Amino acid sequence: MTIILNGAPCDVAARDLSALLTERGFTGRVATAVNEVFIPAAARAEHVLSDGDRVEVLAPMQGG
Amino acid sequence: MPGFYDTDLPGPLMLGTAQYPSPAILQAAFEASGASVATVSLRREGAGGAGQSFWSLVRELGVRVLPNTAGCHTVKEAVTTAHMAREVFDTAWIKLEVIGHNDSLQPDVFALVEAARILSEDGFMVFPYTTEDLIVGERLLAAGCQVLMPWGAPIGSGRGLANPYALRAMRAEFADVPLVIDAGIGLPSHAAHAMELGYDAVLLNTAVARAGDPVAMARAMGQAVIAGHAAYAAGAIEPRDMAEPSTPVIGKAFLR
Repeated sequence: MTIILNGAPCDVAARDLSALLTERGFTGRVATAVNEVFIPAAARAEHVLSDGDRVEVLAPMQGG
Repeated sequence: MPGFYDTDLPGPLMLGTAQYPSPAILQAAFEASGASVATVSLRREGAGGAGQSFWSLVRELGVRVLPNTAGCHTVKEAVTTAHMAREVFDTAWIKLEVIGHNDSLQPDVFALVEAARILSEDGFMVFPYTTEDLIVGERLLAAGCQVLMPWGAPIGSGRGLANPYALRAMRAEFADVPLVIDAGIGLPSHAAHAMELGYDAVLLNTAVARAGDPVAMARAMGQAVIAGHAAYAAGAIEPRDMAEPSTPVIGKAFLR
């Protein structure tokens, strides 16, 4: 399955959002959105991914 | 010192975390400034997990964290970003920015009010980056905001208070609302000016982070907000058009 992860095409084996984070090595504090909809951490395991999904994984960053 | 929603802050300076030459200088600047709030953002996580080391550094600062929605241009984008920030930073505080103009980074106040309403109803404590417009301020309060953050000047411009007349009017109109000057500060005198007008806090970033010596500038900004607040509390004299001698005239010797 190919998804768009943080703007880049990406072939993944994971079928849900939680598994995707594990597969891609995301640890620590991140927030997720799929197709521009916020997916809370508690809902990631139940969120099934589909081919072509646009997944955003955001983390703390410097800001003004 | 000012109260914002659920918190009384120990000092009136809010400092951004962007654009510092190094993490060590960021840390030293915060210590020197006495800032009680750090603004932060959310961006795509890189392969090396850069966001996690930054988060560790911010936690060590020991200050309150205020996440922003910088770069958002629509209500939906800002609301989604706020939800993501609440989860990552574990705070209901959100510095709400909805940008309407790319060159001036002027807020889209119509979208701002709508986003503020949605987020307030959802339990967020919204710090709206707004203009000095009084009616927009009223609408933001009606939408649930308990703080207003008018711009001093465009973000990163360092021009100081572009419209002190309107900012003074805003202070008078919203006498009981915590008010923060957000953006446009370039010098400690600008920060002191804001506090002398009776503002409760100043939020700045670029003036410190891009200074030749960020730590020294941070210290100067911290001193300026304290001095400006003390001056406001002390009660300033009214300006006069003509001179008035300060040395007593009576008793002066008659000498030619």
